[in-house]
Amino acid sequence: MLMASQAIVELKNVDKRYGENHVVKDLNLAINEGEFLSILGPSGCGKTTTLRMIAGFEQQSSGTILVEGEPVEDKEPFERNVNTVFQSYALFPHMTVFENVAFGLKMKRTARAEIRERVQEALALVQLEGFEKRYPSQLSGGQKQRVAIARAIINQPKVLLLDEPLGALDLKLRKQMQLELKRLQKRLGITFVYVTHDQEEALTMSDRIAVMHEGILDQLDAPSRIYDFPATRFVADFIGESNIFDGLASPQGKNIVVTTEAGRVLGQNSGGFEEGEQVQVSVRPEKLRFDSEAREGFDLEGTVRENIFVGTFIKSILLLSSGQEVVLTSLSGQAVPEEGRSYHLFWEPSDAVILHSRSQEIWSTIANVDLSGFSAEADASADAGSAETGGANAAPASAGAASASAASASATPAAASAPAAAHRQKARA
Amino acid sequence: MAKSGQSLGARVRNTAFSALVYLFLYAPIAVIVLFSFNTSRRNIVFEGFTLDWYGVMAGNTQLMDSLVNTLIVASCSTLLSVIIGSLAAVGMYRYRFRGRAAIDALLYIPVVIPEVVLGIALLSVFSLANVPLGLLSMIIAHATFSIPFVVFTVRARLSGFDASTEEAAMDLGANRLQVFSRITVPLIAPGIGAGAMLAFTLSIDDIIISFFTTGATSMTFPLKVMEMVRSGVSPDVYALSTIIILVTFAVVVTSQAIRYRHQKGQEHTGT
Ligand SMILES: Nc1ncnc2c1ncn2[C@@H]1O[C@H](COP(=O)(O)OP(=O)(O)O)[C@@H](O)[C@H]1O
Ligand SMILES: [Mg+2]
Repeated sequence: MLMASQAIVELKNVDKRYGENHVVKDLNLAINEGEFLSILGPSGCGKTTTLRMIAGFEQQSSGTILVEGEPVEDKEPFERNVNTVFQSYALFPHMTVFENVAFGLKMKRTARAEIRERVQEALALVQLEGFEKRYPSQLSGGQKQRVAIARAIINQPKVLLLDEPLGALDLKLRKQMQLELKRLQKRLGITFVYVTHDQEEALTMSDRIAVMHEGILDQLDAPSRIYDFPATRFVADFIGESNIFDGLASPQGKNIVVTTEAGRVLGQNSGGFEEGEQVQVSVRPEKLRFDSEAREGFDLEGTVRENIFVGTFIKSILLLSSGQEVVLTSLSGQAVPEEGRSYHLFWEPSDAVILHSRSQEIWSTIANVDLSGFSAEADASADAGSAETGGANAAPASAGAASASAASASATPAAASAPAAAHRQKARA
Repeated sequence: MAKSGQSLGARVRNTAFSALVYLFLYAPIAVIVLFSFNTSRRNIVFEGFTLDWYGVMAGNTQLMDSLVNTLIVASCSTLLSVIIGSLAAVGMYRYRFRGRAAIDALLYIPVVIPEVVLGIALLSVFSLANVPLGLLSMIIAHATFSIPFVVFTVRARLSGFDASTEEAAMDLGANRLQVFSRITVPLIAPGIGAGAMLAFTLSIDDIIISFFTTGATSMTFPLKVMEMVRSGVSPDVYALSTIIILVTFAVVVTSQAIRYRHQKGQEHTGT
C-alpha cells in the first residue's frame, strides 16, 4: 500500500539467533519517513534486539536492513544516521548535562559557538534550560530521560530509536512524557521507532503499531485497526482485554455461526472461512451485551459472579456454562447486570472478530467431540431457563475433557495467524 | 562518633580502645621522627634537638642514589603495570573468550606465591633471556607482581560500569578509540588511580624480589637500608624515613581532600 521509496528503515527477512535461541524470526518491516511506529510486545519477544540491529549494536543472523534505501550491514553504529534513546538512559556520569548533550556535536567537530547554540536549543526543546552544569547524579529520573532525548536528537538523525524510554518513570510522569514525546516527534518530523511493552502507551502515541510475539511480527497496523481487528489470537489478547471463544465455524450468508462449547454465537463473515473450520471468536468486553431475553442467532448464557467498579466503568465477570469466564464492561450510568443473576449474552456480529485457528492439537481434540449431543444439551438447559441446571456439571464429561485440552493447546502461541504458524512449523523442522 | 544513646562507660571504653589502636599504629613512626632530630647517634635516649642528620643524609650520595633508583623503578614499573593491567581488565570484562576463567585464576598466582619463589623465577628468566641485572630487570620484575593488583582494582570499578554508556557514545558518532579515551578511561580512572597507588607503594618497599633482580649499580633504598642496618642504623636513615613519611602523609591528605571536594560537587544540587 506504500511505495518502497517512502520507507526510511526497512527490514527484509531479518533473523537473529543467539546460539539455539531464535530471537527474531523472518521479520519484514517497512518504516515510513516521519511516522511514529511502535514495536509492541511482551518482555523477551525480541523488541530490543530488533532495535539494536537497526542501530548496529547487533548483527542480524540473516536478512537485510536498509536505512534510507542502503543496506547497513557493513556500517558501524557510529556510521549510521540513526540515534538511540537507551532503556537505562546511559548518560555519561562524568559529564555535565551540557557535555552529555554536546557529545554528538563534538564528535562531528562542530564549532564551539554552534555547539553552545544547538545544545541550548535542544535543552529548551526538552524544557531543561538552566540544568547545563548539573551532573546526571543530580537529576531525577524524568530529567535524565529528557537529557537522553536531547542528546539523541542533537545530531538531527533521520530516525530516532527509543527503547522503553518511559519504563522507569512513575505513572503520572509517564503520561505527561508520552504527550511531550508525541509533540516533539511532530515538531521535529523525525521518524520514531518506539519500543514498548505497554499497550496503552503504544495505542495512544503511535501512527502504526508492530505487534511482536516470540520473535514474530503478528500484525502491523494503525492503533484503531489493531484494536478493532486483531489479526491473531495473541494480538486480541495482548491489546486491551478480549473474550475469546474457541469453536467451529459455519458461514451463513453475511454472518458466520460459530458453535462454541458454551453455545452458539454469531460473527461477521469477512470471507475465507470454511464449513466446520476451527476458529476463535474475539469480542471486546465493551462490545459484549446482556439481556434477559435470548437474541436471534445467539445461545450464550452467563451468570454474574462479580461486579468491579473501575473508575468510569463497571467490569462484570460472568461465568459461562462451559466454565469459561468472560468480562463485560458497562459505563457507569448504564444498566449493570445484577450479581448472581443469569443473562443471555450477545453482540453485534460486526463487533466480533473471527480468527483462523490452524492449531493441529485443537483440531484433533475438537474433531473427537460429539458436538451434536453437546449442543442439544445446551439447548435443553436454555429451555429450562435456569443457569444452575445448565452449569458445568450438566455438560457431558467428554466435552469437559475436550475443553481442558483445547484450553491448554490454545494457550500455546501456535494459535497465531496462518503465515506465522506456517513459519513456526518451518522453524521447528 | 559516639551515639547519644551510649552510656558514659561505653564511651570511655570506645575512646580508650581507639586510642590504643592509634598508639599501636603510630608509635613506631613517632619514634623514627623523634630520633631523626636526636643529637645522639645512639637512639636510646633523646639528648637534644638537631637538624644535622638531614645534612648528613643529603651528603650521603649512596643513600641518595638508592632513593633515586627506587623512584625510577617505582615510577616505571607503575606506568607499565597500569597500562598492561588496565587493558587486561577491560579486555577480560568486555570479551568472553575461551580460557577466560583460567586466565582469571592465574592472576592470583603472583599474588599468593611466596616472593622468594617469584624472585628466583624472575632471576632465572633474566639470566636465560640474557637481560642484564639492573634497573630494567627490576622494573620488569616489579611490574610482574603489580599487574594483578591493577587488574583487580580496575575490574572492581568496571563491575559497576554500565556498558550501554559506551554504546551511547558510539551511537553519537564516537569511534572505538574515542569511546575508549572519552568514556571508558574516565569512568575507570578511579580504579586505575587506586591500582597505580598500590603498584607504586608495593614497588617502593619491595625487598625480596629486588634482592634477586638488582644489579651492582642499581641498589634501591630498602636494599641500602638493609645493608646499613648490619652496622647499626644511623640517624640519617631516620631523617630520610621522616621525609618519606611526610611526603606520604601529604599525598594521602591531598587525595582525600580532592575526593571529598569531588563528591561534594556531585552531591550538591545547587547551580
Ligand atoms: N546478547 C544476548 N545473548 C543471548 N541471548 C540474548 C541476548 N540478548 C537478548 N537475548 C535473548 O533474546 C530474547 C529477546 O530479548 P530482547 O530483544 O531483549 O527482548 P525484549 O526487548 O522484547 O524484552 C530473550 O530471550 C533474551 O534472553
Ligand atoms: Mg527490551
